[in-house]
Amino acid sequence: MSARRLHTLSVLVENRSGVLARVAGLFARRGYNIESLAVAPTDDESLSRITVVVDVELTPIEQMVKQLNKLINVVKITELDPRDSIQRELCIVTVAVDRDRRNEVLELAQIFEARILAVAHTSMVVSLEGEPDKIDDFEELVRPFGIIEMQRTGRIALAKLERSTSRVRHLNKAKAS
Amino acid sequence: MKLNGGQALIKSLEAEGVDVVFGLPGGAILPVYDPLLDSPIRHILVRHEQGAGHMAEGYAHVTGRPGVAMVTSGPGATNIVTPLLDAYMDSVPMVCITGQVARPSIGTDAFQEADITGITQAITKHNFLVQSAQDIPLVVREAFHIATTGRPGPVLIDLPKDLVDANNPASAMEWAWPSDADVAAELPGYKPNTKGHPLKIREAAEMILAARRPVIYAGGGILKARAAAELRELAELCDIHVITTLMARGAFPDSHPLALGMPGMHGTYTSVMSMQKTDLLIALGTRFDDRVTGKVSGFAPDAKVIHVDIDPAELGKVRQPDVPIVGDCRQVIGELVHVLRELIAQGTEAADRSAWRSTISGWQERYPIAYEPHVEGDALKPQAVIEQLHAAAPEGTILASGVGQHQMWCSQYWRYEEPYTWVNSGGAGTMGFAVPAAIGAKVGRPDRTVWAVDGDGCFQMTAQELVTASTEHIPVKIAILNNGYLGMVRQWQEMFYDERYSEVYLSLDVPDYVKWAEAMGCVGIRVESPEEVAPAIDKANEIDDRPVVVEFRTDDREKVFPMVPGGKANDEIVVPPFQRSEEI
Repeated sequence: MSARRLHTLSVLVENRSGVLARVAGLFARRGYNIESLAVAPTDDESLSRITVVVDVELTPIEQMVKQLNKLINVVKITELDPRDSIQRELCIVTVAVDRDRRNEVLELAQIFEARILAVAHTSMVVSLEGEPDKIDDFEELVRPFGIIEMQRTGRIALAKLERSTSRVRHLNKAKAS
Repeated sequence: MKLNGGQALIKSLEAEGVDVVFGLPGGAILPVYDPLLDSPIRHILVRHEQGAGHMAEGYAHVTGRPGVAMVTSGPGATNIVTPLLDAYMDSVPMVCITGQVARPSIGTDAFQEADITGITQAITKHNFLVQSAQDIPLVVREAFHIATTGRPGPVLIDLPKDLVDANNPASAMEWAWPSDADVAAELPGYKPNTKGHPLKIREAAEMILAARRPVIYAGGGILKARAAAELRELAELCDIHVITTLMARGAFPDSHPLALGMPGMHGTYTSVMSMQKTDLLIALGTRFDDRVTGKVSGFAPDAKVIHVDIDPAELGKVRQPDVPIVGDCRQVIGELVHVLRELIAQGTEAADRSAWRSTISGWQERYPIAYEPHVEGDALKPQAVIEQLHAAAPEGTILASGVGQHQMWCSQYWRYEEPYTWVNSGGAGTMGFAVPAAIGAKVGRPDRTVWAVDGDGCFQMTAQELVTASTEHIPVKIAILNNGYLGMVRQWQEMFYDERYSEVYLSLDVPDYVKWAEAMGCVGIRVESPEEVAPAIDKANEIDDRPVVVEFRTDDREKVFPMVPGGKANDEIVVPPFQRSEEI
């Protein structure tokens, strides 16, 4: 995963029909696979935010961003570096587990702060929210039980708050001491 | 005022100042053709939708106003896909209106249904599928705004039939013409940057004065920005030679002592070599096309690059500029000239360029654009035909061309003295462009003589539009350089495929171009010997009541030189055989 050049782009677009196809088409036409994609309206209902994770192998990401910017319905694009952004993903997984080993899954769920959504005789449905890496780890650990079905939302992301917040904290600490 | 969507469309076009629409009606667009009868807008009825598209382009090329084409759904719409690509590649402002099946039928494989917004997504600057009759005026305003501002380009409006059909309640709307603010509010993501960054402009000005071997690489953006006067001012102020790309022919007068002509695969030796040896490439409204750069890693190896373009995506796309400037060429060059004057007034002197000037004049003397003289008994020299056409052409004549050898010869042997007198298909390389583009140009500039130089291969692709020209009384003049071959393909097969001529011979005698011209209502003339050339051209120039087609039988062995072979670096330029010697 780390060997590939994955980029997270946060694309603010007009909330109207066909816009997603234009954005996705730009990657598709260059042969790039979209790793994950999440779209929903923002607080301003005339705008939607597309969070797209792509591996643009041959074209510099700057060029892709410029091409995206040429789309009339694209309002703003930000590339989000994982270090400077908050990234979250939601996953729902149906795990094959019978009564004997249910506790093991419950234990994992507890460690990962996952929620049990449903329990049946031979399976249970667990939901987990968190950073994409955390979801990868959870997936890895429940796999031996048997994953019947799994759905991830694809990541959503926003820029971290300005550094000033932590500076303020430092200042406050200094004052306190 | 209550209107139906069809009436609203026509009224919107009128409000945009449209004086002519090129098109062909059919089922889905039919309701729009009814109110057209009551409009002052002239409609040119084409014989094939591709013709409508190229006519709109030709019109836009020579007038600077957006060309408008209107066709029906399905095959009507797909037939205009090629002109949309052509306009997209060459940044030609154009608005294309396509009929669409009624909204309830969309997605049902209805008769003559095609997903034209999907199909043209990658080859239009933007497209619209109209959702409500009430939206029509706003969509039209947005379309013209997008097509003509920033980097110009084609915009398509797909119009479902139920929204324009007077008998359908969905077509009812209340007429209101949207304001600029309405348009801006609808396009929150569209704000082209026209003004260059002042610090970058200053940096560019300082580099220009310091450069010892500068050269200007002027592209089609100069013409789109209407910046020919500014370009000339810059060149003369700093005494810098100007290269004009295929899309920029006419942006700088060929008779000017600083003019170097076209660069690239079939550019002048001097243009190509001055790019290779320059220390400062001043790229203005151009996109470092592969036909200009040759192998990119070997292009202009010693040059620093100033790159001005209105499209930010062009900066650094092919070559990383040292000074990137996003902006409109006219504004940026105007500002650049202003700063240069200041610097000069403050005592900054330009570097000594006498050695560079003498290098350039040496190349010009040694390797002019030239061909070997005609030999008695041979077919006509195509280059000589173009020279004679130019010599006899009234001042201000507009030349259109198709794509191939004849196009390169048109760029090399015609002399362009003013902007907007050259109409051709550059980026897309669309064979068949010349005839309809010339018709569109003549409609846009009826005061000018319009010649098209076409190959026999190209002519056969779109010649039927001469029927349109005859019936609509558009007296264009077509010169076919008939060598019986797809000439450029033949040239490549001769030079790079060991003279193995595969599927490249058409026929010299079939079709009979004179009979064909006459059948289409044109005057047809055939020219086979050098003595007939001038009289035939004179006769064609005298005819002003109908189109003229002059077929020139030309030498099929003639090749376009110089040539930088495909994929090679520009240093590997091949000059014509008679210019070759051990000195090279």
